[in-house]
Amino acid sequence: MGKVGKIARRSFLIGAAAVAGGVAFGVYKVRTPYENPLKNDLADGAATFNPWVVIDGNGITLITPHGDKGQGVAHAQAALIAEELDVEFGQFQIDFGKPDKAYWNRALAADGAPFMATDESFAAEATRGVMGGMMKLLGMQLTGGSTAMPDSFDKLREAGAVARETLKLAASTKTGVPVAQLKTAQGAVILPDGSTLAYTDLAAEAAELEPVTDIRLRAPAQWRLIGKPMNRIDMVAKSTGTLAYGIDVDIDGMVHAAVMCNPRQGGALLSYDAGAAKGMRGVQEVVEVTGGVAVIADNTWRAIQAVQAIDAEWGEAPYPAEQEDHWAALEASFNETHLDKEWRNEGDVSAALASGKAVEAEYRVPYVAHAPLEPLNATVLVEDDKVTVWTGHQIPRMLQDLVAKITGHSAAQVDLVNHFMGGSFGHRLEFKHVELAAEIANQMRGTPVKLTYSREEDFAHDYPRHIGMARGSGAVKDGKVIAMDLEVATPSVVASQMGRAGVTVPGPDMQIAAGAWNNPYGLENFRMRAYRAPELAPVSSWRSVGASAGGFFFDSLLDELIHEAGADPLEERIRLMQHDVSRKVLEAVGEMSNWGSPLGPNKGRGVAFVESFGVPTAEVIEVTNTEDGITIDKVWVAADVGTVIDPVNFENLVQGGVVFALGHAMNSEITYSDGMAEQANYWDAEGMRMMQCPEIMVRGLENGSAVRGVGEPPIPPAAPALANAIFAATGQRIRELPLYHHVDFV
Amino acid sequence: MQLIVDGKTHEVDVEDDMPLLWVLRDELGIKGVKYGCGVAACGACTVHVDGVAVRSCQTVLSDVEGEITTIEGLGQPEALHAVQEAWIEHQVAQCGYCQSGQIMQAASLLAETPNPSDAEIDEAMSGNLCRCGTYPRIRAAVKTAATKIQGA
Repeated sequence: MGKVGKIARRSFLIGAAAVAGGVAFGVYKVRTPYENPLKNDLADGAATFNPWVVIDGNGITLITPHGDKGQGVAHAQAALIAEELDVEFGQFQIDFGKPDKAYWNRALAADGAPFMATDESFAAEATRGVMGGMMKLLGMQLTGGSTAMPDSFDKLREAGAVARETLKLAASTKTGVPVAQLKTAQGAVILPDGSTLAYTDLAAEAAELEPVTDIRLRAPAQWRLIGKPMNRIDMVAKSTGTLAYGIDVDIDGMVHAAVMCNPRQGGALLSYDAGAAKGMRGVQEVVEVTGGVAVIADNTWRAIQAVQAIDAEWGEAPYPAEQEDHWAALEASFNETHLDKEWRNEGDVSAALASGKAVEAEYRVPYVAHAPLEPLNATVLVEDDKVTVWTGHQIPRMLQDLVAKITGHSAAQVDLVNHFMGGSFGHRLEFKHVELAAEIANQMRGTPVKLTYSREEDFAHDYPRHIGMARGSGAVKDGKVIAMDLEVATPSVVASQMGRAGVTVPGPDMQIAAGAWNNPYGLENFRMRAYRAPELAPVSSWRSVGASAGGFFFDSLLDELIHEAGADPLEERIRLMQHDVSRKVLEAVGEMSNWGSPLGPNKGRGVAFVESFGVPTAEVIEVTNTEDGITIDKVWVAADVGTVIDPVNFENLVQGGVVFALGHAMNSEITYSDGMAEQANYWDAEGMRMMQCPEIMVRGLENGSAVRGVGEPPIPPAAPALANAIFAATGQRIRELPLYHHVDFV
Repeated sequence: MQLIVDGKTHEVDVEDDMPLLWVLRDELGIKGVKYGCGVAACGACTVHVDGVAVRSCQTVLSDVEGEITTIEGLGQPEALHAVQEAWIEHQVAQCGYCQSGQIMQAASLLAETPNPSDAEIDEAMSGNLCRCGTYPRIRAAVKTAATKIQGA
């Protein structure tokens, strides 16, 4: 695109006043495309107003259909409903609900549209609308992509308001007092004389009414809960060991299973000898499953011991056996044949580079495992006309389909009892462990079977974050960065992940380019090309997905160029920034970190900025180069999520994201040898320990127009900020992760 | 073999080499104790034996000599231990899966070192992995718990 075109597009981009996904002001009608699933099995005298609220004489239940992997979204969803419903925590219970189309994710499509999140142009919004329609049609219920809050923010407040207005109408019908004279608070309708009618006492009347759908949402100034520090609904249970995760499920008559599948993922089971295993105490059955063997015993440990006593012969891996061949496949992908998409081409990059390349560099990021602390598990009971699955999962309706295929039931006959998850980071988007549990339970119909992965099985069968390589160059002039040319090659995580679920996704894979193409800088000359490497090891979405790789590539290259230009790393980023909300994030982190103030000897400061999931996020990291290695001393983070739902949880999530990202940047990778992951447990890929944890200062900005989630956005800037800080402290430029291949960490 | 867990006596008939973790979880149904790694690399399974933190996944049954306290015996939602109170005040947990072990480790530290320095907290707690990265809040909560216990 020529210069004129670029400027026109930019000004449109910055000046557009459209509000992405925002609700209208004033009274409007709430529309619900799907039947309310809570109407099925509704008890006599119980009222349900929409798929999220059910009230009977005994109590109030709020459905929080987004799964909770630790980010506090069960609480946050309930808070959004409670804000408008006027109920207090303690007055209701929550439930993850049943898989249903009614819980389709409105926000998922927005980030899938091939427009920058900062682009609020008509074309971008229209495309998001069309993609949203597809999600609705599919009834795509999914927790992921930091969408729980964007999806829920309007929808659940509306759900609360609809229920509140209907309860007021019920009270009016009962008492004859006009609705306009009724108020609500603390789970009750308040009459003009100050007397109250509890919602639970109005349920029977409300059940006779059609829900009131003309509602007006409260203005932010009226919010009681949103934006205030909250006590998470799961906090007491999680602090007393009383919260039941999937792994804690205990069903009458349940047996325990362990599996050993081909550690060359997707490879065949050629033969096995389970003679020794069968004779071990507590062992009840040995059964074959796809690609492996399972032992059923009366105790988890006995099952794991026995399955490890099986002598199996495994087939070859359906991907290169050695890690060096994975890298070779990426190296061979930087060509027209593998070009997935040219995402950006502005100015005249070739001409700018012809005048002299300031930097020419190659970057790499490894496979990394998710390894949440709760090992994968699933409990399945197969009966003739019903299948019940107890686990924590992020895509409930797809789980139903895949289990039904194994057991021969219809998807509607598969019930999922969703659970709080002991972490995920993308791990619980996968289905293999549930499918294996279903395969085992299907061979033992009538008996509930709990499959628990050993940690070693979990590592061996993690579908890690994809590996990636980038080649970058650029030019500088008069103390400024004037050109960047960035090429990224990775396998397609979308093709690998969706392929396992039997879904083919057409078109370019935006995750190859994520974090590398979509940063709202205004470089005079910028080209970004994404190359699709062949599928290698099976890979999956890992917290922040492509941006975890692309952010490192883009920001590392930019930092090198800024250094070559002799400019200040923060000031040059601010100078280049074309997006107001993002610029304010950079300015905030500069102010927080006292950027530019003198540092002591052997210290260095690095900054990085990445926009992911619609959240511009900047991080500054300060390190010291000690005799024993690098210490990470302090981190400052500024991120703009539009509206901070709960400042305490926000801070916790951002700090946690930084710890997660820095831990992996320091020391974690998965490598393959003989087709098998070489890392078997946490000591091989341990992440960050408390003694390595820096002070982390967090600021949530609210200049953005849409509500965004913060589960993933703190991840992508952390690794480049750390590498940039190490360069500042040591002069050593590290272009690959994990960093411990090049420096020691204390 | 007899085991005293959270003040109750249990009779268990299992292999001598079964790790205490699995005796607690699968034989006695005490699910507050968590399995994370099985190799003492994560600390999720931490319980007390006579008040001292041990990794129950690497403590075989025949090596257990003393009374066992699990997270469920340390305190309950309606009768919280000071460490649990501090954890709730600081809103520490994210996924929460490691927190049983973190809390047991912290309670053990504070029983031995009532007023730990920052370095002592880091030293004692660094064997407990938190994949969600709640370390900054754990540090703060341990200090608050120390104050609570000393003030009690």
